[in-house]
Amino acid sequence: MIEEIITSGRMNPEIDPMLHVWGWEIPFYLFLGGLSAGILIFSAYFTLRNRQDELPIAVKWMPIAVPFLIGIGLISLLLDLSHVLYAWQLFTNIRWESPMSWGAWTLMIITPLSIAWVAIWLEDIFPKWDWKFDEVKATIRWLKEYRRTMAQILILLSIILGMYTGILLSAFNARPFWNTSILGPLFLTSGLSASAALISFFSKTEVEKRLFTRIDIILIGIELFMIIHLFMGHLAGTQVHIQAAHMFLGGAYTVPFWVFVVGLGLLLPVFLEILELKHKFVPAIVPMVLVVAGNLMLRFIVVSAGQASRWLY
Amino acid sequence: MRYAMAVDTKKCVGCSDCVVACQTENNVPIGYCRDWIVEVTTGTYPQLSLEIRSERCNHCANAPCVRTCPTEASHYAAGGIVLVEESECIGCKACITSCPYDARFIHPEGYIDKCTFCIHRVEKGQKPACVAVCPTHAMVFGELDDPNSDISKEMATRKWKSLIPEAGTDPKVFYLI
Ligand code: SF4
Ligand code: SF4
Repeated sequence: MIEEIITSGRMNPEIDPMLHVWGWEIPFYLFLGGLSAGILIFSAYFTLRNRQDELPIAVKWMPIAVPFLIGIGLISLLLDLSHVLYAWQLFTNIRWESPMSWGAWTLMIITPLSIAWVAIWLEDIFPKWDWKFDEVKATIRWLKEYRRTMAQILILLSIILGMYTGILLSAFNARPFWNTSILGPLFLTSGLSASAALISFFSKTEVEKRLFTRIDIILIGIELFMIIHLFMGHLAGTQVHIQAAHMFLGGAYTVPFWVFVVGLGLLLPVFLEILELKHKFVPAIVPMVLVVAGNLMLRFIVVSAGQASRWLY
Repeated sequence: MRYAMAVDTKKCVGCSDCVVACQTENNVPIGYCRDWIVEVTTGTYPQLSLEIRSERCNHCANAPCVRTCPTEASHYAAGGIVLVEESECIGCKACITSCPYDARFIHPEGYIDKCTFCIHRVEKGQKPACVAVCPTHAMVFGELDDPNSDISKEMATRKWKSLIPEAGTDPKVFYLI
């Protein structure tokens, strides 16, 4: 047998022996970004379908969380920056080749838009709400006229935001595990699934609850399909991609991924949701917590595994 | 103009003089390095072969670190040298995760640091510190486009390779084998 032993004298902190430059901040930020995208997509979509009165939680209530979710996400992104006093440099130009750059710009546009979106529903959900100043009232009236246009823009931007949370990682060919274009759609779908689970949990009416439970079941099905696809792609790839896949097929990530993300985060909740649709009693909080926790786990594991996968030379 | 470096694996003895010279010349913080020694042992005892390489940033012509940088802090300077502008770097580490050679590190002050091909010396007509100090003259630095430069002559007469060219980075540090 021919053996190859590589010894390196390099010992840079956080780089060697295994890359670990991204801790909890980045996966947490990706999770919140995906969740915000999911909530906005459902809200805008069902507005366009004129179902705002039938689905009040999805359309009017859930978006209230979005500015806060994005805010927390941005704080955790800032916490990750090691040269944070220069963070404003992000907004001195747009670099299309860098997902980090256009992602930051997308967030920059979507944040005020999501606040405006929340504002146009406030009078609907709190009948006593008073904007006090005439200028504000006029602005809100004006925004309401453009509700449909806003909804269309929001759907487009939210899809970009949801995809970006995955593309941010898949743009790095230096880390074979991330280097698959399925990560964009996978993270978008899982963000949608977490928001569907939350909407279904908070909804007060049977119609809304059942609709979003059904939507979540379909989304989880798509996610499972994409996960299989991800591994098929890696296993049919080059040696470094095959090695990356093996971290999950016998390697260090096997148990956390298949037990916690796939088992407890996808299969068990989908089973419970099917039972729910069949009118069996399932405490509503259980599938919701499982889906959301699985979502978070997925991002933590993917961010960590990517950094552990590398080219050998 | 296209600067490049060639490291002669048949001459390098792995003494680490280049590593120390770089740390001194560039004030590299203690515990960090911009260049390093890699030893690759292949074969089965007693038929073993050893390759020793002095490695650093490859100043790639298709550099993923420049591509993924959101601020243009990572950029191509004169002669294709890849540099980081400290005052534009936000420390997002996208460049670190995109470098297949792990050639970059986080400077304790927060910005990202790596080999500069000693551009401050090259501009004055001097050789990079590592090249200048090497006791076995294992490294050559120079202009790739000039057929009469030392590096072009070496590469014309010797067999050479670059590291993981299949990563698509078009590296400009070559290894004479
Ligand atoms: S070796 Fe790494 S840091 Fe240097 S130019 Fe290539 S990708 Fe960038
Ligand atoms: S850490 Fe600095 S140099 Fe690297 S990609 Fe981010 S801004 Fe650019």
